[in-house]
Amino acid sequence: MIGMGAKLRERDAPAGDLRLANLTKRFGIFTAVDDLSLTIPQGSFFALLGSSGCGKTTTLRMIAGLEEPTSGQVLLGARDVTRLRPYKRPVNTVFQSYALFPHLDVHQNVAFGLRRRGKRSTDDDVMGMLELVQLRDYARHYPAQLSGGQQQRVALVRALVNHPQVLLLDEPLGALDLKLRRQMQIELKRIQTEVGITFVHVTHDQEEAMTMADTVAVMNAGRIEQLGAPAELYEFPATAFVANFLGQSNLLAAEAAGPAGSDVPVTAHGARFSVPADRARSDRGAVYLGVRPEKLHLVGSAAQVPSGHQHVEGVVTDASYVGVSTQYLVRTGWGSEISAFTANSGTGGQHPVGTPVVAHWDPRHAFLLPREPGQDDRTTPLLDEPVGAPS
Amino acid sequence: MTRVWRWLADRWVMGVALLVLGYLSLPIMVVAGLSFNRPSSRLSYDFDEFTLDNWRNPCATSDMCDAVVRSVQIGFIATVVATVVGTLMAFALVRHRFRGRSGINLLIFLPMATPELVMGTSLLALFVSAGVPQGFWTVVIAHVMFCVSFVVVTVKARLAGMDRRLEEAAMDLYASEWQTFRLVTLPLVLPGIVAAALLAFSLSFDDFIITNFNAGTTVTFPMYVWGAAQRGIPPQVNVIGTAMFVIALLLVGVSSLRGRRARRARIMSAVRPNGPS
Repeated sequence: MIGMGAKLRERDAPAGDLRLANLTKRFGIFTAVDDLSLTIPQGSFFALLGSSGCGKTTTLRMIAGLEEPTSGQVLLGARDVTRLRPYKRPVNTVFQSYALFPHLDVHQNVAFGLRRRGKRSTDDDVMGMLELVQLRDYARHYPAQLSGGQQQRVALVRALVNHPQVLLLDEPLGALDLKLRRQMQIELKRIQTEVGITFVHVTHDQEEAMTMADTVAVMNAGRIEQLGAPAELYEFPATAFVANFLGQSNLLAAEAAGPAGSDVPVTAHGARFSVPADRARSDRGAVYLGVRPEKLHLVGSAAQVPSGHQHVEGVVTDASYVGVSTQYLVRTGWGSEISAFTANSGTGGQHPVGTPVVAHWDPRHAFLLPREPGQDDRTTPLLDEPVGAPS
Repeated sequence: MTRVWRWLADRWVMGVALLVLGYLSLPIMVVAGLSFNRPSSRLSYDFDEFTLDNWRNPCATSDMCDAVVRSVQIGFIATVVATVVGTLMAFALVRHRFRGRSGINLLIFLPMATPELVMGTSLLALFVSAGVPQGFWTVVIAHVMFCVSFVVVTVKARLAGMDRRLEEAAMDLYASEWQTFRLVTLPLVLPGIVAAALLAFSLSFDDFIITNFNAGTTVTFPMYVWGAAQRGIPPQVNVIGTAMFVIALLLVGVSSLRGRRARRARIMSAVRPNGPS
C-alpha cells in the first residue's frame, strides 16, 4: 500500500518537459527515426507532421514504450523512461484504430487504466469523463454499438481519465469524415486547454496540425525538417520540403551573391529580384526564391504594379473558380508555371485563360531557401484546398 | 398455373433444405426410436415393443457402462492436455518468429492428413518397440496426439484474427504482461479455445481405429459397440447414443441462446440511449 501511494504521488508530481535526446530507431537496414532531438514543453499541444513512413508513428511508439529505441533517450522531466515498460510510464495513447476492448462496455473500457492502478471506486471519474465528451448515456454500450465519432471519444477519455503526464494521439481523427473531423479538432483543442496535459499529436494532415497545435514539427525521412509555431512554419519555411508540404509555394530557381545592405539581390531566369536579408535562409549560391500563391497579385499591365513590389509577366493558362478565391496558373516567359490565388472579395474582374497578366508581390512576403544546384523551379500541383486560403 | 409455378419457385430452396435436414437426422431418429424398443431377440433390429426400461436402467450390461465411463475419462484427459498444449503451440506459432516455424506449421497438418489406419499401426509399432504396455494411457497418448492438431488449427485461426493493438492498448493502460493476457487476450481468444476443446472431446470420444490398435485390453465405448455388434447390440447403446446427442444439442442451444440474448440486450440499449446504466 505504501508503495502504491508513493507511485501515485510520483505520477501526480509536476511532470516537466518531454525530451527526446538523439533518439534513433532502425528496423534492419531501414532507419525509421534518425538521431532525433527535441523538447516538448509541459502543457503544450505538439504536432508531429509528416507523410506516411516518415517516422512520426515510430517516434510516438517509442515515447509510449511500445517500441524500444536503437539508441538515444526519452526523458520525462528529469526521469529517464527509455527502458521502462509501457505500463510503468505516466503516458497514455489514443490509437489510430481506437483499439477499444470489444468485450468490455464503455464504462469498463474507460475504467480499465484506473483499475489497473488499484483504484477501487472508478465510477465518479469515469462518469465525469463521459460527461466531458457527452457520452454519459452510453456507459453500458459496447464499442460495436457506437459510431466512429463516439468510439473516438471513448478512446480519448479512456486515456485522459488516467491524468497522464503526456497524452499521445496517433492520427486519432483519420477514420472520421471531414465534418466530424473538424468538430473533433475543435473539441480536442478545448479539452487540451481544459486539462492542461501535454498532447503529442501525430498526423499527416497539415491543416489538422496547424489548427490544433501550438508547435508543429515537420518530419521527413526520420528527421525533423523544421519546428515552430504554425504561422512561423507557413510564413517562413526553412526548406523546400516544408514550403511544399505545408501549403503550396512557387519556388523559382535563382542565384544569390551574398547580402547587399539589408537586402539579398538574386537573379532568376535573367530577371533581378531582391529579398529582405531576414527572409533569407541562404544568401549565396543556388537558392530558391519562394512566394506563396495567395501572396501573388495579378494585374493587367506592369503600370499597375504598386511601387516597391516585384513582378513577373506571363499568360494565364488555367483559372479555377473555387468560391472564396480563384486559383490561376500563369505561364512565365521562361516556360515554368506559377500559381496565384486571388480572393474573390472585391469587385476586381477575372483574368480569362489566355490573357497576359503581371504577377506581383511584396518582397517582404518572399523568402529564400537553399537549393541543390541543378534543381529547377518547383510549383506543387494543386491537389486540394490550400491552407489559409484567402476568405 | 403461373401462380403454382411462382409458389414452387419461392419455396423449392426451402424444400431442398428440409430434405437435406431429414437425410442428416434420420439415422439419429432411428437411434432415438430404438432406445425405446424392447427387442424380441438379441439380433433383432425391428421395433417390437415400446418400453422405458432402457432409459430407466441404462447400465443393464455393466461392461457397457464401464466402457462409457472409460471413454469419458480418456476424452476428458486427452481434451485437457491437447487443449493446453495446442493453445500454447498456437500462441508460439502466431506470436513468435523462430527457426523451423514454417516447418512446424506444416507438421501440424500431418496427423489430420495421415490415414488413421497408418497412424494406429505406427503408434502400435512405436509402443511395442519401446516396451510400453498398451492400455488406458497409451490410448490417452494417442488421442492427445491427433487432437492437438485440431486444437492448434482452431486456436490459431482465432488468434490470427485478433488485433495486436488491443494488447498494446492494455499495456499502455497500466496492465502488466500477465494482466494483459488475463484481461484482454484470453477473453478474446476463449471462444476459439472452447470450440477447440469441444472438438477434441468429440474426436476422442468416438475414435475407434487408432484406439483399437493401442488399447491392449482396455475397452472404450466405440470398441464395446463394435464388439457387441457381432453378438447383437443391447438397446441401452441407443440410450447412450441418444443421450450424447441430446447433451450436444443442449450445449449448442445454450450457447446460441446466450449469444442471442446478449445481442438483444445490446440492441435494446442501443434503441434506448437512456437504457440501463
